[in-house]
Formats: sequence, C-alpha cells, structure tokens
Amino acid sequence: MLETIIILVKVWAVLLTLVSLAAIMTWVERKESAIMQDRLGANRADILGFRVIGLFQPMADGLKMFFKEDFVPPQGNKILHTLAPVLAFFPAMVTFAVIPFGNVLNIGDLAIKLQIADLNIGLLFILAFGGFTSYGVVLAGWSSNSKYAMLGGLRGAAQLISYEVVLGLSLVGLVMVYGTLQLDRMVLAQNELLFGFLPAWGIFLQPLAFLLFFPAAIAESKRIPFDLPEAESEIVGYYTEYSGLRFGLFYFAEFVEIIVISALVSTLFFGGYHIPWLYEEGFAFPWGWTWELPHLVVVILRLAAFFVKIAFFAWLQVLIRWTLPRFRFDQMMRLCWKGLLPLVVLNILVTGLILLLAQN
Amino acid sequence: MDLSRFNLITIATPLVLGAGVLLVMLVDLLSGRANRRPAQLAALAVVLAAAAVCLATWNTGGVSFFGQVSGDGFASFFNLIFLAVAFLVILAGPAYLERNAIHFGEYYSLVLVSVMGMAFMAAGTNLLVIFLGLETMSLALYVLAGFNPARQSSNEASLKYLLLGSFATGFLVFGIALVYGQIGSTDLARFSAYLAGAGDPFAGYMGAGVALLLIGLTFKMAVVPFHFWSPDVYDGAPTVVSAFMSAAPKAAAFAAALRIFYAPAESLGLPWERILWILAALTMTVGNLSALNQASIKRMLAYSSVAHAGYLLLGILAGNELGAAGILFYLASYVFMNVGAFTVAWMVNRRGEGRYDLGDFAQLGFRRPLLAAMMSVFMLGLIGIPPLAGFFGKLYVFTAAVQAGYVWLVVIAVLNSAVSVFYYLRVMVIMYMRENEALKDVDRIPATFAAVAACALMVILLGLIPGSVLDVARAAVASMP
Amino acid sequence: MEAFFFLLLAVVSIFSGLMVILQKSPVASVLFLVLTLVCVAALFVMLSAPFIAAIQVIIYAGAIMVLFLFVLMLLNLQRFTEGAWSRFQITGVVVAAVLAVVTALLLRAVPLPADSGFLRETPGLGSVEAVGLSLFTEYLLPFEIASFLLLAGIIGAVILSRRRP
Repeated sequence: MLETIIILVKVWAVLLTLVSLAAIMTWVERKESAIMQDRLGANRADILGFRVIGLFQPMADGLKMFFKEDFVPPQGNKILHTLAPVLAFFPAMVTFAVIPFGNVLNIGDLAIKLQIADLNIGLLFILAFGGFTSYGVVLAGWSSNSKYAMLGGLRGAAQLISYEVVLGLSLVGLVMVYGTLQLDRMVLAQNELLFGFLPAWGIFLQPLAFLLFFPAAIAESKRIPFDLPEAESEIVGYYTEYSGLRFGLFYFAEFVEIIVISALVSTLFFGGYHIPWLYEEGFAFPWGWTWELPHLVVVILRLAAFFVKIAFFAWLQVLIRWTLPRFRFDQMMRLCWKGLLPLVVLNILVTGLILLLAQN
Repeated sequence: MDLSRFNLITIATPLVLGAGVLLVMLVDLLSGRANRRPAQLAALAVVLAAAAVCLATWNTGGVSFFGQVSGDGFASFFNLIFLAVAFLVILAGPAYLERNAIHFGEYYSLVLVSVMGMAFMAAGTNLLVIFLGLETMSLALYVLAGFNPARQSSNEASLKYLLLGSFATGFLVFGIALVYGQIGSTDLARFSAYLAGAGDPFAGYMGAGVALLLIGLTFKMAVVPFHFWSPDVYDGAPTVVSAFMSAAPKAAAFAAALRIFYAPAESLGLPWERILWILAALTMTVGNLSALNQASIKRMLAYSSVAHAGYLLLGILAGNELGAAGILFYLASYVFMNVGAFTVAWMVNRRGEGRYDLGDFAQLGFRRPLLAAMMSVFMLGLIGIPPLAGFFGKLYVFTAAVQAGYVWLVVIAVLNSAVSVFYYLRVMVIMYMRENEALKDVDRIPATFAAVAACALMVILLGLIPGSVLDVARAAVASMP
Repeated sequence: MEAFFFLLLAVVSIFSGLMVILQKSPVASVLFLVLTLVCVAALFVMLSAPFIAAIQVIIYAGAIMVLFLFVLMLLNLQRFTEGAWSRFQITGVVVAAVLAVVTALLLRAVPLPADSGFLRETPGLGSVEAVGLSLFTEYLLPFEIASFLLLAGIIGAVILSRRRP
C-alpha cells in the first residue's frame, strides 16, 4: 500500500514539475528571443496590474488556447486528427519515467528511489517512446487533408526516421563504456573519478557522442535549424489545420521535448544529478579536503544540481533556435546520412578499440 | 575470450567472398562513372581467391562457431560449384549488360553476396545459419532479377520472385520455429538425434515443422507444385541472371536439403518417402511436359530445370550414400550445362531482349559451327547422352533410387528423360536443319565465348572422369558430421 | 493479475490484427498493425524478454511502420473500392480456415503445460546482458551473416531506386 502511494506521489511530482517547467519554457523562449533581438518581449500579461516580468504570459497563452475554436477539417479523418496531437505529446511525457532525478532518499527506514521506474532497458525505453513522436507528425499531416500539412508530415517522417538512427547509435558508445542500459547505473558510474580528479561524466568519456547526440536530439524535437516539418515561412507545417487545444498540445509537446532532451543530455553526459566530488557523505575534494553534509542536504543539493543542468541545456537550446537559420531539406538529409552517421559509426569503432586495448 | 571456438578456417571461403563484396564495391566506387571493367576484374579475382582458399582448406574445417557451421568436404564441394557458376556469369556478363545498358558495378557485388549466402547454406549445421544463408542468397537474387528496370518483364520477375520467395521463406521460418518448439534447438545434430530416438518422428509439432521446412526448400528448388514462379522469373530476368539463378541457387537448395535431411533420412519413415515420391514424379512429369511446347528458349530451359529438380529429388529420396554423392555429381555437371545453354541463348538472341524465339538458332550450325557444337553438347548433356556428364549424373541418382527400392519411380524418370529428348533435340534440329531466316550475324564476344567453351569443356571432362569425381563427392558426403 | 493482462493484450492484438486486413483505408491498416506490434511487445515483456520488446517497438513500430506510412502518403492511395468478393479473397479465407484448423489440431496434439518453469530455471533469460552474450558467442556467426543480408538489401535498394537513364 505504502509503495503504491510512494509511486503515485513520485508520478504526480514528476508530471507536475515537467508540465510547469514546460509552461515556464514558453516564457523563457519569448523572453530569450526578445533579449537576443533587443526587444522587451512578453511583458503585457498582467493580473491586477502585476506583470512580474511577463511570467503570466503562459497562463494567458493557455487561456487563449482554451477559448479558441477547435476546428476539424471536414474532409479530413476526424479520429486520426484527434489522435495525432496526443501521439505527439504522450511519448515525450512518458520518457521521463526512467530518468533518475536523485539517488535514494532515506526517511527513517524508508528508502525512496528518486526515479519512477528503474528499468533494465531504460535507454531503449526512451528510444522506443521517442520513436512514437513521429506518428504524431505523420498523422497530423495526413489526417488534415491539406497539401501544406501533408508536405510537413512527409518531411517530418523522413527527418525523424533519419535522425533517430544517429540518435540511437550515438548512445551505443556510452552503453559500451558504462556497460549498462540502466540510466540509474549510468548516473552512478558518472560519479567515479578519472585520473583521480576528473568526474567520469559522459562528456569526458564520449565527447564525440555528445556532439552527435545533441544535434540529433534537436532534430528530433523539430526545432530550428531542423524545423523543416514546420517551416512556418514556407509551408506552415504539419499542424497547419490545427487550432485551439489540439494545436496547444503540439505546441506544448515541443517544450516538453526541450525539457526531456535537457534532462537526457544531463543524465547521459553531464553526470545526471551528481555534483563533482559530492558523495553520499558530503564533499571529498581530490586535493584532500572533506566536508561532511547531512543526508537531506546532499539529496537537495543533487536535486538542485539536476535542475540547474536542465535549465542550462534548455537555455542553450533556445539560444540555438534563435541563432541559426533553417537548413534546406537536402542539406539536412546530407548532414544526417553523410555527416553524422559515419561519425557515429566511427565513434563506436574507436570506443570498441579503446575498450579492447584497455582490457588487455 | 576463448577464440578457439571461432575457427575461421571453417568459414574461410564465405569470408573471402564477404570481404570481396566490400572490395568490389570500393573498386567500383573509385573507378569512375563509365568504367565497370575494374569492378569485373576485382570480382573475378575475388572468386579465384575464394576458389583457391576453398581448395586449400578442403575438408579441414570441422564443426565450429558453437556448432553453427561445418567446413567439411561437403561444403567445399558445393562452394566450388557456386564459385564456378559465379566465375562464369561474371566473365560472360559484361557483354550482355552493355548490350542492355544496365552495366552497373552492383551486379558483381550482388553475385558475390549471393554466392556467400549459398556457401552458408552448404556449410550450415544449424537451421538458423541455413535460413540466413538462404535469405542472403535470395535477397540478392530478387534484386538481380529486377536488374533491368527499364523492362517491365524484369520488374515483374523481380516482384513475383520477391513476393513468392518471401512467402516460401515464411514457411521455412515457421517450420524452423515448430522444430525448435519440439526439440528446443535449431541444431541439426540435435534434430537428427531427436528423429533417430523418437518412436513417431512426426509426433507433436515435428510433422508440421518438417513439412514446412520441405516446402521452404522445395520452393527454391522449383519443385512442382512450388514451381510456378520459375518460368516467369527466368524468362523476365536478364538472361545472365537467369543463367545464374537456374544453376547456383538450385544447387544451394539441394545442399541445404542434404544437410538437413540426409542424416535423419532413415528415421523419417514412410510418410516422408511417399511425399517425396509424389513430389519427384510430379516434378519430372510436369516439368518435361510443359517444356515440350515452349517457343521461347528461356522458358523451355526454365521448365527443363524444373524437370531436373525432379530427377535430383530421387537422390534425396534414395537417402543412401550413392544418392547423396549422385546429387553432388549431378549438380556439378548440371550447372555447367545450364549456364552454358542460357549464355548461348542470349548470345544468339537477335530479336531484342524479351523475345527469345527458338528460331534464333536457325543456321547456327553453319554460321558459327563451334558455338552450335557447344550448344549441342549442352543439349545432349541435359538429355543424358552417355559420354557426357549429364548421363553419369542421372545414372548415379537413378541407380541409388533403384538400390533403395524405388524401381517404379526410376521407370517414370527414364520415361521422362525420353520425353525430354524431344525438346532438347529440337534446338539441335533448328540449328542444323532449318533454313536461313535472314537473321543478323551473332556477335563475336571473346570473353563470353570463353565462358561457354569452359562450360562445354567441363561437361565433356566430367563425362570422361566420372569415377574420380564421384569418389570426391562420396568423400564429401562422408565428411558431413 | 497476470492472466488479466495477458487476456487483455491477446484480445487487443488479435482484434487489431483482424482490423489490419479488414480496414478499407491503408493508413488505418498500418495503424492497427502498429497496435498489434505494440501488444506483442507487451506480451514479450510479460515473458520476461524486455530487450526483444524494446527492439520490437523501436524497429517495427518506431521505424518500419513510419516508413510504411511515409510510402502510403507518397502514393496517396485511395480507399480500396468495395465490390464483390474477389477470387483472391475467397482463396484467402479458405487458406486461413485450413490453417486455423491445422493449428488447432497441432495445439490439441501437443498438450502444453500450464507452467513449464522454463523462465524460473533460467533467470535473466531475456535481459539485455543474456541476449547480448548469446548473440556474441553462440550466435555470433548468424549475427554476422545477418549483417551481410542487410548489406545485400542496401545494395538492392540503391539499384532499384536508381534514376532511369
């Protein structure tokens, strides 16, 4: 009984955090772009005259979505038209189930693992559900019975499938190094030290993998410079025929994806919830200093570290989105199949070689 | 890691071929857009290297890779057959491909990868390896059949072969699954042991499993009633590919069948014999009767190859050593006759691709006496006229069947051979007796001519020394684990 | 609990499998096929084969079926026209019925134990580690042959999609 309650609480906490983070992201996106373009940005939404640097904007956005007409194209397929945004939104949310946001929280005799599901196939779970997002795009494009949406859907299908290959293969090197697909164990392994001082983060062990994973992940989130399925200035994209809450789901899914990608990058390449040299008992610096900390403080510090990392990568993604121009379709495809893919295979090869040499 | 379990000698020949596929692709990539000659030479070199490796490692492999493959004499014997066919179609191919403007370097890599698959079919001692070999071979063949995308019949052949072939593969996989369900293993040694020990060999899932395995393999052999694809596919495919397809995959399918069914043949019992009996009789008769009335030489040869599958089934049915060795000898001679005949067919084709009329052969005996003589050798060999290799192949297989007590079936086979005389001889009659129809001269293509000559030589040579070749075949069969 | 989930998945997968062939719209067929594959993946999880389940979802549901959809969208197939039952459909039904009877007879002939204990005897049977180990030891050779099978497929795709001169 208690276990069920704990799990429910964890699910509730994660969902709530994820949704509110994504909501804040809509504000971050507006604000950051405004700063980059020397504007003031979203600062008009107010409640009783309070504006709080535009933080009410997400609420205003949400209300607008609620009250807009929910239009379904009459010639399209109604069921699939409804299903598509759900298929775009749901998988992104579910992937968070296997991401650890802390080690173990001890309350008295109770040991609570700060992760919803510690799966043996954690990484594959993420890839499996990540693959489902493409259905949202393709079906949205198809069910709208509109040429623009169709073009967007076609582009999306080709792009997502192509970059999924790179995305999956870039993680193989990581799996080889850590010897597990379990995200929890991967994060634990990242708190070891290399050469006595450097934390064994993925970025240090697999720098090339990170450089390949990050662009591929951005391509999977369909944001500039990979926003060809949408490409608002040419074809408006796969959700041309969407409005109201259904459009809102697509819109929101994009921000959830930003958070998921940030969490994944932090977990896989930047030590997850770990702070360098912080262990269960407290800090132990490589030059000999130690600083003991109570358990609760360690847990909170780590949770905070995880959030800081997520925030950093979310910021970075927004920065990239507002800096780069869009690829042409052939450039995007060439980059994937002729640029990233050979490098990914090379990474696996070199990693294997080094591991083999290290073993002997 | 214990590397002794991975004895590379056992898979040396397919290994060379696999490396060769990559090499040929690389050479083709580097040799520019218009020049396919380097790729062809590289492919020929790879085949020769593989043949050298095959001879050097003859019967030295033994079982390896956790019982997945056996590099025994049986595998080596078949590898040599496959490599000979590959060499011939690679040597003869360019002229045909140039003529039809489909000379792409992929032709060579596909032939090589297909031969690699065959090598695993012959060497596999595990159903899984045999299945994967068969699929590798088939996939390359599906593409080769559609190698001329400009011609509709080629596309049709490719699609037909793909659809029916995948269906047959489905049967094979399902059969493997059922066998696994019954004995908990896909290992052929376990399979034989189970059948030998079982009171009723077809109890449980085994009956359905074995039946489905048989269907999967007989499809690739083009045995009646699973032969419907073969005339259309051989007819529609580019003719160099037909030459390859009618020879090597059939040999590979029989190799796989022998691997699977030779050892437990005794224990399979009466139902098995009845099914094979009917299949063999049907195949011979339907193949020969259908071949009688074909105006296209390609279709005629296709039906003739169906008939030959029927004769070959006698060897499997006999289940004794002579039967198995006879199949090996039969196939060794059959592939040369078929490759030769198909190659001559496209050499003399003067009406354009897609129209392979027997009338093309008119006057060949006077205009190109050597070519006509060689075609006659192939036709006589396919009939089974005594001094030629075809005769001894039939003799051994039929003798084995008589020894095993299938006298009536052999009578049917001999009657069928008599029927086949009609359509094989018709080609010769046209070559030497029909009046000139004012056809263009046949092109003189040295490389292709050399390939045909090599085929004819082999047909004669195997007929001159049948005993020693049979001894090698017997040793090969005996070397199976 | 286990039986409930099994029945649920079995019913859904059979239902969606039927819908694959009964649907008039090819896109709907593909989506039902995806549902079937996901259900089968879930059954794999229940058989403690999580790795196979994940691969099934990633490869089939995530990649191959999306490509199916992609091709269907490119072809822009209209709904199949309704008409009298064609000869193929009748043949199909007959063959399916025969297969069903044969399968039923097979299952009757071999009494399946309620619990063979197979999974308990070999713990970790379907885990990533176990699958990986057997793939790279006992089944190394088939694994490598499969890579050449795929190579043949790639060459084939290049050839068949080549622009006509």
